[in-house]
Amino acid sequence: MAIETVPTSTKTPLVAMNHISVSFGGVHAVQDCSIDLYPGEVMGLVGGNGAGKSTLMRVLSGAHRADSGKIIIDGQPCVIDNPRDAKIYNIETIYQTLALADNIDAPANMFLGRELVTRWGTLDDSAMEQATRKVMGRLNPNFTGFKKPVKSLSGGQRQAVAIARAVHFNARILIMDEPTAALGPAETAQVRNLIRQLKTEGIGIFLVSHDIHDVFDLSDRISVMYHGRIVDTVNKADIDMDDILGMIILGKKPGEVSKVELAKLL
Amino acid sequence: MTDAAVPAPNQSKGVRQLIGDFFRATEVDLRLFGMVVALVAIVLGFGGVTNGRFLDPVNMLTLAVQGASVAILATGMVLVIVSRNIDLSVGSVVGVVGMTYAVLMHEIYPTTIGADTSYGWILALAVGIAVGAFIGAFQGYIIAYIGVPSFIVTLGGLLAFRGVVWVISGGSTQAPDDKAFVTLGGGPQGSLGGTASWIFGIAVCLAAIGLLYYNRRERHRFGFPLRPLWADALIGTLTSAVALGAVFVANSYHWPSGLATQYAKARGITEPPGGLQIESGIPWPVVIVIGVAVVMWFLATRRRFGRYVFAIGGNPDAAELGGINTRWIIMKSFILMGILAAISAAIASARLNGATLDLGQGYELYVIAAAVIGGTSFAGGIGTIPGAVLGALVMYSLKYGLAFVGLSSPIQDIVAGAVLIVAVGADTINRRRGG
Repeated sequence: MAIETVPTSTKTPLVAMNHISVSFGGVHAVQDCSIDLYPGEVMGLVGGNGAGKSTLMRVLSGAHRADSGKIIIDGQPCVIDNPRDAKIYNIETIYQTLALADNIDAPANMFLGRELVTRWGTLDDSAMEQATRKVMGRLNPNFTGFKKPVKSLSGGQRQAVAIARAVHFNARILIMDEPTAALGPAETAQVRNLIRQLKTEGIGIFLVSHDIHDVFDLSDRISVMYHGRIVDTVNKADIDMDDILGMIILGKKPGEVSKVELAKLL
Repeated sequence: MTDAAVPAPNQSKGVRQLIGDFFRATEVDLRLFGMVVALVAIVLGFGGVTNGRFLDPVNMLTLAVQGASVAILATGMVLVIVSRNIDLSVGSVVGVVGMTYAVLMHEIYPTTIGADTSYGWILALAVGIAVGAFIGAFQGYIIAYIGVPSFIVTLGGLLAFRGVVWVISGGSTQAPDDKAFVTLGGGPQGSLGGTASWIFGIAVCLAAIGLLYYNRRERHRFGFPLRPLWADALIGTLTSAVALGAVFVANSYHWPSGLATQYAKARGITEPPGGLQIESGIPWPVVIVIGVAVVMWFLATRRRFGRYVFAIGGNPDAAELGGINTRWIIMKSFILMGILAAISAAIASARLNGATLDLGQGYELYVIAAAVIGGTSFAGGIGTIPGAVLGALVMYSLKYGLAFVGLSSPIQDIVAGAVLIVAVGADTINRRRGG
C-alpha cells in the first residue's frame, strides 16, 4: 500500500461529528462520540456487534437523530434531520442491508427519491437508464440487466447498483456500512479497488466493517468503538492488527491492557 | 426469428424455445397473456354450454357494465396492496358516496336548485368525489401518520361507513336520481351510440399506435436495443383489432323496440317499417373504466407517485432512506382509493337509479379478489393496473356466466371462492419456480 500523508490538524476536516450521543429507550447506543474525516481519507470504524458503529453512521446519513452533539461540515455547523438533508450535503450511504427496492430495476433504484423527469413531470426512464449505463460502464463493465428487478441480480451487481448511486450523485462523504458482507471474493476485490479509486478522487470515506483485514488494508486512520464509546482513533501506520483486536475485544487502549488480559486474548 | 433455424434436440423443446423467444421479443407479460387466455376461455366456454346464447352482444354489454364498478376500485386497490396495505372499507365508502348522490338529488335538489337541472349531476359528482377523497384522507392519515395497521382502520371503516349510510339515508332507499346522472349507469340511453363508438374505438387504436411509436423513438434516441419491428406491428394490430371488435359487438346491439318507439315519438320521427334501429354502442361505464384505467396506469408507471408506491412495497426502509416521504405517499394512495370509490359509486347508483342501503356491500371482497387474480402480490411491490381490470373481468364473466346457465347464487359464490384460491395458488407455484 502507498504510504498516506496523515492529515494535519491545520486542514479543515470534511466532516466532524462532535460529542454525539444516541439512546434508544434506556440503552445508550452511542455515548459522547467524536470522529472526523478529511478529503481523500478512508476512516475505518470497527467494533464488535452492537458497539454503535452503524448507529453513529446513521446519525450522519440522517436515518437517526442524535440526542445531543454537533455535526460540522466544511467548518460549518449543520442540521441533518432526515436522509434528504444528508443528500443536500452530498453525504451518500451504502448500507449493510443494501437498501435497494428489490422489485424495481437498477435505474429506478439508482435514482430512487431523485428521479429524472421530463418537462411534463413524467418519469424520464430512458434518461435514467442512460445515466445508469454510463456509471456502470465505469464501475462494473460486465453489468447487464438494466431492465430487470434488482432481485434477480447477483450480490456483486446489487452492490454495484448501491455504489453507482453514491458515485452518480457526486458523493463527497461516503459511508460504507459493511460493503463487502454479502459478496464473494472476486466481488470483494472489485469493491476494494473501487474504494481506492474513489479515495484518489478526493472523496472522504467512512468504512464500517467487522472485517479487520479489510479495514486495516484500506484505511488511513482507524477508530475503534466499544459499548457505544470510541476507545481511540489511531493512524494505521502507528499500530498493528493485534492492538486493534485488543481494543475491539477489551475496549481498552493498547497501553492499558494488562499482561493477564493479553494472555487470555492470545 | 433466427432461433427458428437452430436445430432443436427434440421437437417439443424447439417449440417451447420459439414461444419463449416470441414472448421475449414482444415483451408481453406472460401473466397478463395467461389472463386474457383464461378470460376468452371462460366466455367461449359459457358460449358453448348455452349454444352461443351467452355470446349475444346484450350479455357482453351487461357483463362489462356489471364489472365496471369493481374494475374501477381494483385499479386503486392494486396500489394500496402494492404498498403493503389493504382497504376493506371500499364497499362501505361506495355506499356512503352513492347515498350522498341520491340524497342530494332526491331530497336536497328539489328544495334548493330544483330537480333535473342541467348541471345538477356534475355538482353531485363533485360533492361525491370530495366526500370520497375526504374519507380516504381520514383513513389514510390514521394509517400513515398515526401508524394503526390499515387492516384494522379499514375494517373499522367497513362497519362504521355502512352505519353512516343508514344515518344519512334515514334508513330507506333513496330514488330516483337526476335524469342526466342515470346515463352514467349504462343501458341503451347511457351508451355512446353507433357513430361516437366508432370514433372512440378509432381514438383508442390511434393512442395505442402512438404510444408504440413514442416508445420506439425514445429507445432509438438513446441508442437502446429496439423491440423487433414485427413485434410492435403485431401488438399494434392486435390492440386495434380488439378495440374495433369491441365496438362492432357493442354496435350490433340495438335499442329494444319499445324504447326506440318512445324515442321516435318524443323526437317526432316516423318509424320505418320494422321499427327504428338505434345502435347502442359502448356503454358509458365501460368508457369510464377505460379512462380510469389509463389514468391509473399513467400514475402507477409514469409518475413519481407510482414509482414510490412500488419502492415502498419492495423495501419500505430503502424508500425511506432514499428520501421518499413514505407517509404522504401512503396517505395519497388512500385518498386516490376514496376518489375511485366515488366514481364507482356513481356508476353503481346510476345503474339502480337510486341508492339502496346495501349499495356496494361485499365489493371489498370482489375488488381484492380482482386485484389478486390480476397478479397483485400480498407481499407487496408487485401488481399491474391492466392485470386488475382483467381480474375484475374474469371474476364477473364467471359470476355472470354461472348465473346465466341457471346456477344459484350460493353455487356462484362457491365457484368464485374456489377460482380465487386456484388462481393465486397457481401463481404462487409459478413464482416459486422463478417464473
